[in-house]
Amino acid sequence: MEKFDAIVVGAGPAGSAVAYTMAKAGLKVLVFERGKYPGAKNMWGGAFFGPLMYELFPNFWKEAPVERYINRHVISFLTKEDSLSLDFKTTRFSSPPYNGFITLRAKFDRWLARKVEEAGALVATSLEVDDLLLQGNTIKGVKVGKEEFPADVVVVAEGANSLLALKAGLRKEFSPQDMKQGVKEVIRLPRETIEARFNLQGEEGVSMEFVGSCTRGLPGGGFLYTNRDSLSLGVVVQLEALLKHQIKASDLIEDFKNHPTIREWIRGGEVMEYSAHLIPASGLKMMPRLFTDGMLVTGDAAALVLGTGFILEGANLAMASGIAAGETVIHAREKGDFSQATLQHYENLLKERFVLKDLHTFSEAPEFLENKRIYQAYPQWACEVAWKIFHNDGNPRPKTYQVMKKSMQGKLSFWDLLSDAWKARKAI
Amino acid sequence: MKIEEKLALNKFDIDREIHITLEEEKCRGCDWKPCLYACPAECYVLRENHVTFSYEGCLECGSCRISCPQGAIRWVYPRGGFGICYQYG
Repeated sequence: MEKFDAIVVGAGPAGSAVAYTMAKAGLKVLVFERGKYPGAKNMWGGAFFGPLMYELFPNFWKEAPVERYINRHVISFLTKEDSLSLDFKTTRFSSPPYNGFITLRAKFDRWLARKVEEAGALVATSLEVDDLLLQGNTIKGVKVGKEEFPADVVVVAEGANSLLALKAGLRKEFSPQDMKQGVKEVIRLPRETIEARFNLQGEEGVSMEFVGSCTRGLPGGGFLYTNRDSLSLGVVVQLEALLKHQIKASDLIEDFKNHPTIREWIRGGEVMEYSAHLIPASGLKMMPRLFTDGMLVTGDAAALVLGTGFILEGANLAMASGIAAGETVIHAREKGDFSQATLQHYENLLKERFVLKDLHTFSEAPEFLENKRIYQAYPQWACEVAWKIFHNDGNPRPKTYQVMKKSMQGKLSFWDLLSDAWKARKAI
Repeated sequence: MKIEEKLALNKFDIDREIHITLEEEKCRGCDWKPCLYACPAECYVLRENHVTFSYEGCLECGSCRISCPQGAIRWVYPRGGFGICYQYG
């Protein structure tokens, strides 16, 4: 088998970014994708944020299969009966290069991989990498079935389960505490209905996040994104919490769809697809070693996901890590050395960029976000206060402070408030 | 909407090779059976105190692989090109 400069495992955002970067620099690159096409195995909530796409593709907005751009963010507390929302809309997110996009992976990943092919890399689909080629402890390529594919370096971009990083001994087994499980439905609705219902003009889109009863108080949340002529709706919950409380995500998403507020938004919609995925959610705590002799690990496989409570981002970190890995391989090739000593450059690049900076800044966020009060007491309290303020029962009205204090009873103490505020200040 | 109805909407190319195996011996000793709650496709069901599973509706999230406290579940990716094939994602 002819030797490649680099083999990339997985054609998602991380894999495509690394392959594109290397192919552009003239390297001989082979990408393996186990799906029938790139994106066949992938799902996300639906939003991509930040300027990274433009770094790789200056004409990104004009050519990519983007559903809508985001210029409105809604964060809502839910209880069984109520919803209380913070609705942020800005014209500052309304013109190119835009702040965020809503896309669907089956289309998006295919587009991305096409760009990789155009740059000169080979993308081989329907092929699963079974094992690594080893020479001592150095990784020298991959095995697909009985066939061997040698390369100077292997870049693992195979997503959250990353069985190869495990095989290479770069990480221990992840635990259910480290993972969030996301389930999602794509619900078709006519374009005009979506635009009227969500008050959208043209290509505008809205990103909505929900905290509270949608996860029955378990750590996690619900989401809803407007595509062009469908909605992406789902629930993300810590896997360990599901197991401990014996709750299925498949039941949670049904509850969520039946919430009086959500029900109206999806009314008349037709479910087109049901998908599920794991999200590495423990940040630095679970991060594997990022490199070894002849190998680099990127994206979800490297647990590069940032959750701050307000955002949960993985794809932009995946692409940034892909670019950094690509640059590292180019550097290693110039030196003619693919040992750890040279590949360490990758970690340095991630430290220079926002990837590891953000994960360090928010290193305490994963633990903070396990606090049950965020998903139970606070949504209930907020909705109760709103209800009492607006409710008119003909009795004399207490002052707002009294309403707030009284609504805390049995749910929250002042000590909880103080200690959570203090922890929030430190963690997020 | 029932899970079977949802899974019926998805596109699968089902492999005749099974990518999940369950060691019954280890499974029997477990009272908790978290696999029943780990799987978002409800591939694991309890029948007369026995966990049975169907691999056909697997969404390949890998949750069951890390959720079994007995290490009774062996989960690998289906062979290349087989399994779930998302049209939207």
